[in-house]
Amino acid sequence: MKTWTKAVLTVAALSLAACTDPGSFGAGDNFGTGTGADNGLGSSADPGSIAYFQEAVGDRVLFLVDQSTLSEQGRLTVLAQANWLMENADYVAVIEGHADEQGTREYNLALGARRASAVQELLVSQGVASNRIRTVSYGKERPIEICSEESCYAQNRRAVTVLTANLSG
Amino acid sequence: MRLFATLVIGILTMGQFAHPVMAQNGPLRIEITDGVIEPMPYAVPDFVAESPGSNQVSKDISRVIAADLNGTGLFREIPTKAHISSITNFGSPVQFADWKAVNAQALITGGVSVNGNQLEVKFRVYDVFAGTELGNGLRFKGTTDGWRRMAHKVADAVYSRITGEGGYFDSRVVYVAETGPKNDRKKRLAVMDYDGANLQYLTDSSSIVLAPRFSPTGDRVLYTSYETGFPQVFVLDVGSVRRKVLSNESGTMSFAPRFSPDGKSVVMSVTEGGNTDLYKMDIASGKRQRLTSTPSIETAPSYSPDGSKIVFESDRSGTPQLYIMAANGGEAKRISFGKGRYGTPVWSPRGDLIAFTKQNKGRFHIGVMRTDGSEERLLTASFLDEGPTWSPNGRVIMFTRETRGAGGTSSLYSVDVSGRNLKPVKINGGGSDPAWSPLQ
Repeated sequence: MKTWTKAVLTVAALSLAACTDPGSFGAGDNFGTGTGADNGLGSSADPGSIAYFQEAVGDRVLFLVDQSTLSEQGRLTVLAQANWLMENADYVAVIEGHADEQGTREYNLALGARRASAVQELLVSQGVASNRIRTVSYGKERPIEICSEESCYAQNRRAVTVLTANLSG
Repeated sequence: MRLFATLVIGILTMGQFAHPVMAQNGPLRIEITDGVIEPMPYAVPDFVAESPGSNQVSKDISRVIAADLNGTGLFREIPTKAHISSITNFGSPVQFADWKAVNAQALITGGVSVNGNQLEVKFRVYDVFAGTELGNGLRFKGTTDGWRRMAHKVADAVYSRITGEGGYFDSRVVYVAETGPKNDRKKRLAVMDYDGANLQYLTDSSSIVLAPRFSPTGDRVLYTSYETGFPQVFVLDVGSVRRKVLSNESGTMSFAPRFSPDGKSVVMSVTEGGNTDLYKMDIASGKRQRLTSTPSIETAPSYSPDGSKIVFESDRSGTPQLYIMAANGGEAKRISFGKGRYGTPVWSPRGDLIAFTKQNKGRFHIGVMRTDGSEERLLTASFLDEGPTWSPNGRVIMFTRETRGAGGTSSLYSVDVSGRNLKPVKINGGGSDPAWSPLQ
């Protein structure tokens, strides 16, 4: 019995290691930006592309510790996002709210939701149809920077607007 | 575990003395509340193999019992090689002088027999210095693959007789098994015996899963999963590993679930329009009742053992603090007033204490306070400790400890409610969000 248990645990450990996917988790794991030769992002030279949105418009805003109020810079970014979304009606967006690791899992989930909501509200107030925008919070589950310093935390306290081409529309 | 349903407990003999009298007057007593510094020395010679083929399991059972008792920090085993006497016949009189000579205050003897897939374990506990038996001999019957549970049951009985408190060894822990780096962490639900044995995975790692919680009978687990793309509360049957989403309203998130003590409803956080409040849901009907209505964050609810109250975390004062309200909602009373931020309160199964996570000056602590907020004690301090869960007897707290930096990993730790005996829980790889089952 003992030997059997050990054998099972070993097999489990091996299969776990085999399953570990070294690929990184990009923004929008579930509501991704599609696939294809150019990753579906298009060229950043094309102002109607996701790549342009990410690089020229800015797909994310950052927050102060514990805050979900948009900074002036964040507000300008979201206003630019609103303009872009108004001009590119074929896209829908999921706004992902995130927190740094300084906080409990549950509180950070709720905090991330507040941050995502702050972006959503400003987009809608600018005329973006509310049915084009959903929000989700990842709390502290998906940091993009992994050091335990403020320089990393600042990048992780974010709300990212993740676009998907609205195929049904 | 189902295989063990045939467990039978029988009393071997009537004790000569009433057990409580022995326990209170004899030297063989650990008063845990007094603050034990010196663990009690005891001996557990290999249980006597009473049938062909029971040699190995007899030894294994003795070792599990010793590991359980040693792991509490309350007992210290006299190693077998120091014994000057051995037990070769469960029924023969004990040579107390030989055990006194090696300074064993308690002696545990046992016999094991195997018949087909049937296993029988019997044991006695002796107060060596009084030269008497402590309590009655007990006999457990079950199937051979349940041998570890039988060993845990023996250890629970020994612990209980010597400390006067309920045991916790025959219990399980559900947690989130973790692999991979911080920015690509894979998470899956796993369940194991409290000591890490009999590991079983309950989900794969295709979706993020968070914070599982056992039902009051240990047959179901609530947890949060991103399976739908959004965090939603699921309920999973541990036996069949079948799961279903509990709360899946479009445009909302649900998380931080916990069963009511009767197992019929769930209290959880629901986020709508960026605002997180507490709701109660009846599992059978799916009917939802809103418990809080504030623009602040309300999360991490936990019922009192009698089901009459809920302790939870809210930032209505500006920072996260702990509050208690009636189980059907209404006005809440703040109970945390120390420096720092308080979260993830969990009501002790004994009802007397609330365990919590505290964040102060860049450090995290696991602590306990009385239900009125008094007598706050911090049990741990580290870069990141969070998410306490109580052992079934309310003596031990298990929690998540995450280490600092780019290579930071999560692991499970346990600590006695006194603050002593802090140690890692042996698991396979990383882990977080442990939840202790009731005693099986």
